[in-house]
Amino acid sequence: MTDMIKITYREAVREAIREAMRQDSRVFLMGEDVGMYGGCYAVSKGLLEEFGPERIRDTPLSESGFTGAGIAAAVAGMRPIVEVMTCNFSLLALDQILNTAATWLHMSGGQFNVPVVIRMATGAGRQLAAQHSHSLEGWFAHIPGIKVVAPATLEDARGMLWSALEDPDPVLIFENASLYGVQGELAVDAGPVPIEGAAVRREGEEVSLITYGGSLPKTLDAAALLAAEGIEADVLDLRSLRPLDREAIVETVTKTHRAVIIDEGWKSGSISAEVMAGIMEGGFYELDAPIRRVCTEEVPIPYPKHLEEAALPQVDKIVAAAKEVMRR
Amino acid sequence: MSDDPADPVLDRDHSLHLLHQMIRIRRFEEKCAELYQQEKIRGFLHLYIGEEAVAVGVMEQLTLDDPVIATYREHGHALIRGVPAALIMAEMYGKVEGCSMGRGGSMHLFDKDTRFYGGNAIVGGGLPLAVGFGLAAKMQESNAIAVAFFGEGAVAEGEFHESMNLAALWHLPVLFCCENNLYAMGTALVRSESETNLALKAAAYEIPAWKVDGMNVLAVEDAARRAVAAVRGGGGPLFLELETYRFRAHSMFDPELYRRRDEVEAWKHRDPIVLFTNRLREAGVLSDRDLQLIEEDVQAEVGSAVEFAEAGTWEPVEDLTRFVYSEEPVS
Repeated sequence: MTDMIKITYREAVREAIREAMRQDSRVFLMGEDVGMYGGCYAVSKGLLEEFGPERIRDTPLSESGFTGAGIAAAVAGMRPIVEVMTCNFSLLALDQILNTAATWLHMSGGQFNVPVVIRMATGAGRQLAAQHSHSLEGWFAHIPGIKVVAPATLEDARGMLWSALEDPDPVLIFENASLYGVQGELAVDAGPVPIEGAAVRREGEEVSLITYGGSLPKTLDAAALLAAEGIEADVLDLRSLRPLDREAIVETVTKTHRAVIIDEGWKSGSISAEVMAGIMEGGFYELDAPIRRVCTEEVPIPYPKHLEEAALPQVDKIVAAAKEVMRR
Repeated sequence: MSDDPADPVLDRDHSLHLLHQMIRIRRFEEKCAELYQQEKIRGFLHLYIGEEAVAVGVMEQLTLDDPVIATYREHGHALIRGVPAALIMAEMYGKVEGCSMGRGGSMHLFDKDTRFYGGNAIVGGGLPLAVGFGLAAKMQESNAIAVAFFGEGAVAEGEFHESMNLAALWHLPVLFCCENNLYAMGTALVRSESETNLALKAAAYEIPAWKVDGMNVLAVEDAARRAVAAVRGGGGPLFLELETYRFRAHSMFDPELYRRRDEVEAWKHRDPIVLFTNRLREAGVLSDRDLQLIEEDVQAEVGSAVEFAEAGTWEPVEDLTRFVYSEEPVS
């Protein structure tokens, strides 16, 4: 039997970075407060001491500048991991992510691929209000030319980074900040996992709960409550938002004939809408009930705890939506 | 060479080479304008006519290892960098034989062989990339320097300031070449900047800045030679402000309401090609025959580029979604 260690999501990301840095001298980490401070979420704590300031590179507050620098360094043969402190700040780097990283391969007729990895924290739940709490990964998933992944488990936090670094194209990794403190067991020899393809996290026959990222633990909690009431849910973790595993989505709906989509992004024009569209296009005749969505309410995330909680997908809302599609 | 950069002893072969390079850009772009009227070239077309001395003077000093970043007004830079005229013209036509397989067009010329990284149509967007190429060169302990061409309009962008700071802070081998043609599209520098002395902006980041007569190819060459040597020698980034002027409209859709005709005419008296031609004639190193040979050579080059583009093929629509993601893994 494989030896297991107790580890947090935060530590799993750190171990992934450490291993990549040890194995490939082209890899370096660059971002705001990744070095001396140890990372805004303490992900990179201790790495400066091990790898030094050239490879654990603190940057000024210049999101566009250092993201663009990471993109070009990648084109020039390095393997940078660019850390953007939160996805709200990534909007300051959107020019480089969209106009450069996502377009260069195409505009150059296939000459210049961009093997950059950009990590950022996403999500709400810590009373950080309307400029530090949003979930914009669905927005980024709109853009052809980049890949968008959302590791929700320790295995994925540990294993997706290496695959992202090996990928020839830009990969954005969204780490839901509510997951950093999650602790669990991970195999000592846990290694790379693919960055494409959804995963069934719980088997069930009666309703599909389709989610990703920070909403996965809530969805699994909801599935446990549903099971206690005799409803067996199939929980699909999308893992990657671009490319989206449309086959897996249709497959789970084909099994259960009912679906609830849980997404911390807003509802309008969202990845949850894209998942629904995928079901309409590929699994319309499988459905026994209208699809329901549990998303963040259409407000900027408010500061007070009770309002923030009310704005976000929660276990009780997921349970209620599942019962609704079950007509229970 | 004499000590005065504006008055060197002219080397005949080299002088003729510089003149030839400037005329290549001029005639190539004149043909582009003609082809635009004929609707062979579509989209935006931004001509560099009037500014040729800048690209020629700077590019002469670079090696093929040096990554070069330019803007949407980059036909001249691509030509002088060594991208074949035929491939550039085919790109303008949108043909699959173009240097970007037709996917980019006039504003997005790319060429791996010459480390020519375009072709950036977001003003200021190329500057963080130059920082990244400089960072890679430093981390890889390579001798390369990153060179960014950009207009003075870019200094109003945040990316300019972020990039200048990063390059200076990290002491990177980046040469910033600011082509100051006085207008950001239709907005004059004096109408868009509280401080119009661009060298002061560089000084704020502790980056040495030199103002250069961008209409004098020898002055550009001299400044670029010294600048490249300083940057390659480990001196950190350097900023050249190349004072120049765009003779043609911003793009082919520009009625030029923002500048007076007599201003344009006054600058045309400082046409870099005319100035240099006269200079060489006075020095007795350029004969009518020399000039005729250059013109004939350029005419043949441009002519065959057009022929190549005309004979080019359209990419099959079935290939539409290629080059969104890589077709092969990289190690």
